[in-house]
Formats: sequence, structure tokens, C-alpha cells
Amino acid sequence: MSATFLGMPATPPRSPYGTGNLRGDRKFPAAAHDELRNEQLRSNLGRATHTIRAKRLHVTGELPDWEELRDAGSAIKTDTMNRLPELLEELERNVTARGGTVHWARDGVEANEIVARLVRETGSDEVIKVKSMATQEIGLNEHLESLGITAHETDLAELIVQLAHDKPSHILVPAIHRNRDEIREIFLKEIPGVDPSLDNVPAHLAGAARAYLREKFMTTKVAVSGANFGIAETGTLSVVESEGNGRMCLTLPDTLITVMGIEKVLPRYQDLEVFLQLLPRSSTGERMNPYTSMWTGVTPGDGPQTFHLVLLDNGRTAALADRIGREALNCIRCSACLNVCPVYERAGGHAYGSTYPGPIGAVLTPQLAGMHAAKDDPNSSLPYASSLCGACFDACPVKIDIPSLLVELRHQHTEQSGTTAEKLAMKAAGAVMSRPKVYTAAQKASRLGRALARDGKLPALPPPLNGWSDSRDTPAPPKQSFRAWLASAEGAAAMREASAEHTRDQQQEDGK
Amino acid sequence: MTTARETVLGRIRDALALAPAEDTPVPRAYRTGRTFPDEERLALFTDRLVDYKAQVHPCTADRTAQVLAEVLRQQGATRIGVPQGLDPAWLTAYDGEVRQDSEDIPAPGLDVLDGVVTASAVSCAETGTIFLDGSPDQGRRALSLVPDLHVCVVDLSTVEVGVPEAVARLVPERPTTLISGPSATSDIELERVEGVHGPRTLAVVIRTDA
Repeated sequence: MSATFLGMPATPPRSPYGTGNLRGDRKFPAAAHDELRNEQLRSNLGRATHTIRAKRLHVTGELPDWEELRDAGSAIKTDTMNRLPELLEELERNVTARGGTVHWARDGVEANEIVARLVRETGSDEVIKVKSMATQEIGLNEHLESLGITAHETDLAELIVQLAHDKPSHILVPAIHRNRDEIREIFLKEIPGVDPSLDNVPAHLAGAARAYLREKFMTTKVAVSGANFGIAETGTLSVVESEGNGRMCLTLPDTLITVMGIEKVLPRYQDLEVFLQLLPRSSTGERMNPYTSMWTGVTPGDGPQTFHLVLLDNGRTAALADRIGREALNCIRCSACLNVCPVYERAGGHAYGSTYPGPIGAVLTPQLAGMHAAKDDPNSSLPYASSLCGACFDACPVKIDIPSLLVELRHQHTEQSGTTAEKLAMKAAGAVMSRPKVYTAAQKASRLGRALARDGKLPALPPPLNGWSDSRDTPAPPKQSFRAWLASAEGAAAMREASAEHTRDQQQEDGK
Repeated sequence: MTTARETVLGRIRDALALAPAEDTPVPRAYRTGRTFPDEERLALFTDRLVDYKAQVHPCTADRTAQVLAEVLRQQGATRIGVPQGLDPAWLTAYDGEVRQDSEDIPAPGLDVLDGVVTASAVSCAETGTIFLDGSPDQGRRALSLVPDLHVCVVDLSTVEVGVPEAVARLVPERPTTLISGPSATSDIELERVEGVHGPRTLAVVIRTDA
């Protein structure tokens, strides 16, 4: 029986373990270690992220009210999360009133089943797809394929990734890890009937994709999309894109199935005036993206005459139950944080093992899918995949404090799975830091500054401290001075106190 | 049995009970309600359109037919489509074939057109964006999407300064398409390529006194 019936709130579940694309098969440091050896990848990524950074700074800098827009965007999203039940019901009511059908999915597995059933009901065995993070997250293509339904990705980058049997590595430009020569090779090998003299000029490569997909757009009866925004007040859905593949998919087929995370709802149509400024400028660094489509249910004589909206939870409610962590749900998937992140720039998107890479991925993924779902859960390494430099916070159009969320997740990880020694070390640090006098003494004694200034570094620390040392160099403190402090009365007292506090906590936990 | 709907809504209520939220007022201190003189809006809008590599043809309303004929000739468009509600006077100077769109023409049927001429609902100068809303003089969405050339007539009186001013003029229930230049991709090494799936050429005829 659900605790809901007793009037007792129950913690909502994460995305079920072993489903979808929210967990890699190894931890970030191991994955990043291999990716870092790929010089081609690093050079592609370095060039791409620097290009887009400059563009973003240019177009955000030209708006004198950029900060005010960020404030509004942040508040609208926070307000949305606070009123999520009523807004989703309002959205459902308005979509239904305009001829659409709304479905609810507890998790990715259920969403996949709903979409597959809806496709089968049309009699079609293929679908065209608009680039969508939500369907990538739940592994929709793989599920459809297992049932004999072919999903054609129509975004150029998604097509490159799909044809190469690869995985996306960036939210906005999923094939950012590939250069033009690699893309040419993929097209020559995988596109049926492609001109064998195709060269590596981007315009020619895009032309080859246009010719290949044209026939799919004209003949496929069902499209699957995600949504950037869903307006509760009017039931309007919106997709923001560049190439026109989105318009094709949203306009030409008979049936449209849209999968939308429940956090994508916005209260008012007017709110678009904020997000249509924040998103393109943060995302592609353009004043406006080439195409945005907005549709409300079904319009007789224009576009798909059957419209389904699938509202997806898949761990979003679990994130919402975390007072600090829920801020990650405000993300509008612009990818600005990826492009400014020194860790992402070097490790690339694949190292994160999730549909959502980069700084936002490092906070969103563990919240959607958990980080203690298995022994040595790869997701437990994500909060450490950051130098906490804060560039992501500055770049975020809705002001998500990603560094604080990372620290909170590190704390949760330590609380949940840290061994006694690690917890003890944390407590000791806490005990010292909370007493200014002791802290000053400790600082002085350990000569931390001097230690950092030297080039002495510790090798990888043994478990349980490798969570720290796997992702950074640990400076070696001068041995004598720290020991001297530890041996002093002050040091001993701090450790005793930490130990006692730790024992109390343990007893409390055990008594639960 | 509990439905997925009840479960998800129940989970959200549980989440908000476990971590109660504070009311968050929305500050809207960003710029709204701006008005610029005609010349300034025209200059700003033109600058943005050119930046997107759209063609811009300013003219007075009485020259609409001549300018449209000239643009279509330059583009080599001998067969064009028009929405049912387009002013027939606009094409009196054009000597090519004009096909009026209708709902029962399947989308592939639009592929034989060299181009399409439509009106527009609203535009935004600051971002160089044209809004189509499916009104009779703009037609269904497929019409302005499938042909490779889109010639769009914009009256300067419908060009707003910024995004908030433009959004305020929209009718939410209408199928709305925002167009900012021709289709483009930056998916290959972030190098911008104009023209992927939508019309590869966008020509904007701005009527400065309409």
C-alpha cells in the first residue's frame, strides 16, 4: 500500500535501475581517463566549445536586461515547481480541450510502452524523430527497435550519432566529438545511395543529409518529439530548433506523439517572452534560433490530426523531494554550462555515462536515477566531476547554483555510503572548521598554504578517499606540522569531539 | 488500481510535502512595451535579417506586385504556391504559374513548387524573427515549409521592437511558426551552414508604409 493513502508523504522513487540512459557502466574518472587519450576528441571539443562561448557572450552581452531576464526565468521555473500539480492538470485540461490526448508515465519503461502502443495503433512500423533529450533519456529508439519499429533521427547531429551507432556527447550538438572527416566517412558508409564523391565540406554533408531525409519526411506517418515548453494556461507545446527537421516532423505526419518531462510545463503563455530570449542566446549563441514551432492540440486542416502528449516522471518527483536538489529541475537544456566547463571540455560528454553530461548532468543525473542504486554506482562519481570553479553558475540562464548542488550531492554521497573513516574525517573537518580559533590554529599548524605552493602531490588515495583523489591531485601536506597539530591538545580535542558526534549519529541511525 | 496519473500527481504532492516550498514572486524587470520610430525598427529588423543571410527588399505598398515579381524572377521561380487568403493583387505582375494551396494537396505535392509567397502575422526587430500564425494569408504550416524558397511579406506596422512586444500580439491557439532567417545547422564543427530542411532561401519584402 502506498503511504500516500495514510496521509504520510512517501519519498518518490528514482528512475528504475537498469533502464534508460541515465547511468554509465563505469565511474567518471575511469571513463574520462580513456577519453582524455583521444586527442582528436579533445581538439574537436576545444575548438567547438570556445567558438560557442564567444558567440554566447556576444549575444548575451548586447541585452542590457540580461540579468533581469535571468532573474525572471529563475523565478518562473521555481514557481512552476512549487505549483506543479495544478499546472500539469491545467495543461492536461487545455490539451484535451483542443483535441489532444494526454498520457502519464511513471517512468521511462512506461513511457516507452505508451509510445510503442500508440505507434502500433497507427499501423506504421517507422517514425521520424525530432531531437529530444527525454526520449534519449528513456532509450525510446532502442525500445521501438526491439519491437520492429524503426526510428529515424532527423536532426543532423542525431543522425550522425545514429548512423555511427554512437552515443550523443552534448545536449545541443550531440556529434560535437566528430569532425568533418569522420562525418564524411560515416555518411559514405551508412547512407544508402550516397554520392561516393561526397567531400568533407559541411554544406555538402548537410546537403547529403537533406536528400536522405527528404523522402522520410514526405512518407512517414508518425512523428515523435520532445518539447521545450508546455504552456499550462493554453495547452500550447513548443519545440525550438534550427534545421527545419522539427517543423517537418511537427507538421507533415498524420500522428504526432510528444514526450515531455513534467518539469517542462510553464504557467503562462506570456512566460515565453522570457524563455524565447534566454534559450537561444544561451544555447547556440544566436539572437534567435531559425525555427520555433508552437501548436495547441489539433488544428483542422493544418498539421497532424492526431496528437498525443506523454507526461514523464522517471525520477523527476524524486528530485523535487530534495529541497536543494530540486533546483536542477529548472534546467532548460541550453547546454551553456557544458561549453564553459573546463572538465567537460577535456573529458567530453561520454565520460558522464548519461544522456545529460556536463555540470548540469552531474547534478541532474544522480537525482533522476540515484547514485547508490548498486555497489560502486557509477553515478556516485558524478558530483566529483567538477573543479567547482563556478563558471557554470555564471552561464546558467536560469541561475541554477550548480556548484552548491554538487557540494550537496557530495555531502549526500558521503552520508549515504562513506565508510566510518571517511565520515570521521568529514566530521573532524567539520568540527575544526566550525570553531574559528581551532581552525586558525589548524591552518597555521598544517601550513596548508605552503603545502599547496609546492609541487608535491599525493598519489591516488586508497578507498574510501579515492572519490576525492580520483578526480584531482591531492597536495601532500607537510607531514610533521599536521601531525604536530594532531598530537596537540587542541587537535586531540577536536578529534575526540568529532568521534563522539559521529558515534551519536550512528546510534541515532541505528535506532531508526 | 491506481492510474499513472494519480501516482505521478501523488508523488509530486508528496515531494512538495517533504520539502515545502516558499512562494516565489516573479520579478519582471526586463524591458517590455518598447516602441521605436519606424526608421529605427526598419533598420534594426533589416540588420538582423541580413545577419541571418535572409534577403531584404524594402518597398512601399503600392509597389508590392512589382517587387514580388522581381524577387521571384531573380530566384528563377516559375511555379509558386500561395495560401488561399493571399491578396490576388500582389501577384498581378508575376508571369509564372500560381497554384493556390488547398488542404487536400498532400505534402509531397508541395515539393514541385519552386517557392511560396505568404504574408505574416507579427515580427520582432531585435531578433529578426517573423511569426506566421496560419491566418488565411499565411496558410497551413506545410506550405511555407516544403518549397525551397519562401518570399514573405512583412508590413512595418506589424514589426515590434522586442520579443515581449511581439509575443503579446500572438493568438496562442493558432499554430505558430517563428522564422529567423533560412534554416541552418551548426552540427558539423559548429560551422554554420544555411539551408538544411526548411526553405534554403528566405526573401523578406518589407512594406514600409503598411
